[in-house]
Amino acid sequence: MIAIVDYGMGNLRSVLNAFEAIHAPARLTTSVADLRDAHAIVVPGVGAFGDGMRNLTALGVIETLAEEVLVRRKPYLGICLGMQFLAREGREHGVTGGLGWLGGVVRRLEPRDAACKVPHMGWNDVAIVRECELLRDVDERPVFYFLHGYQLDPDGDRAVEAAVVATATHGERVTAVVQRDNVFGVQFHPEKSQEAGLQVLRNFVKLA
Amino acid sequence: MLKTRVIPTLTLRGGRLVKTRRFGPARDVGDPLKAPMVYDAQLADELVYLDLDASRDGRSIERVEAAVARIAGECFLPLTAGGGVRSAGDVRRLLLAGADKVAINSAAVERPGLIGEAAQRFGTQCIVVAIDVRGDAPGPWRVWTHGGTRDPGLDAVEWARTAVAHGAGEILLTSIDRDGTMTGYDLALIRAVAGAVNVPVIASGGAGKPQDLVDALRVGGAAAVAAASLFHFTDQSPIKTKAYLRRAGIAVR
Repeated sequence: MIAIVDYGMGNLRSVLNAFEAIHAPARLTTSVADLRDAHAIVVPGVGAFGDGMRNLTALGVIETLAEEVLVRRKPYLGICLGMQFLAREGREHGVTGGLGWLGGVVRRLEPRDAACKVPHMGWNDVAIVRECELLRDVDERPVFYFLHGYQLDPDGDRAVEAAVVATATHGERVTAVVQRDNVFGVQFHPEKSQEAGLQVLRNFVKLA
Repeated sequence: MLKTRVIPTLTLRGGRLVKTRRFGPARDVGDPLKAPMVYDAQLADELVYLDLDASRDGRSIERVEAAVARIAGECFLPLTAGGGVRSAGDVRRLLLAGADKVAINSAAVERPGLIGEAAQRFGTQCIVVAIDVRGDAPGPWRVWTHGGTRDPGLDAVEWARTAVAHGAGEILLTSIDRDGTMTGYDLALIRAVAGAVNVPVIASGGAGKPQDLVDALRVGGAAAVAAASLFHFTDQSPIKTKAYLRRAGIAVR
């Protein structure tokens, strides 16, 4: 079973629908017992960083998440906000500490080209920097749906930089996919990226 | 590079999927669930799904919420939902049902603070302010709310600026005068609003042929184009229209 952490933010139902569409047993949950039973953990998200972290904290699941993912090495997939939580801190509506499993900071997008609007909203192609199981059997230059005003910036941290698997361009470099060991993050929405997105989720399910 | 979005607009009135003309007389256009599935299969980049008369009739979001929940179970593409959204709680319900963005219209005009409240809770990226406008070039363009039945006395360009200052992540800009006429978008209106705000503007109202979309993007400076009659009533599909845009040198998926 794949546990989708229901921390009260955003499009959880869509993520569950997508796993159902690829016939992967998944469950929306807030329960520590489910996180312990799960083969893999997904943290989706739409929303503001601070609220998201506060909700996760209030649920009392952060310790369990860390144990299951960092110690027991269950595959983790962070989608959008769930990827951004991997940072050391977020700077959306004030500074909030993140999970810090990867490092870097979450900062507002700063496109150099005025034609590139913020939020970064829409279908963008992704350049794959290095091979990663998550992007197996997608196009060489796949196109995914992005919807965000902030991004995970390695902020000069070489270990975070090394975790960057794919990037997009939106008036600046946008971190699109990260991976370190069993921890995966995608800035785009696989659950809303039609066939290309479902393929990413199938790849994740295979890891579980 | 970001691809230009082509967005079919689906509108409910009295629980039926319809297409209006100038927000007035409406024609039935098919099944509320099957139509989105068809546009999904035809590679629409996003869908906008609105309950047209919810605010006017003082109804809440139930109808659009139910529709979105069904669509999101079948279609894995971005959905913007709206019609009757009056609170941050309504925004949350629609997001939970499977919407990715929520359009706020009348309630945002009555209480602009709602935009910021919702943006702070759910992120600016999912808060769309829908602006329905009457008037023609060279302006002024007036905002109308409650399905085009009330005039709150606002200038459309000014209101767009205010909405963005409050935290709107996108503007869905509809010309009531062009709605359902298939005579082309109001390019001057689009240009005035797109030039006044730094968030994406979706052009809506008037598309009758693929070249109208090219004009809204090139001349109007819209970030994305919405169309309804074009897809409901002509032989154009999102896939065909996007091929036209591609030939015109516009980056599409």
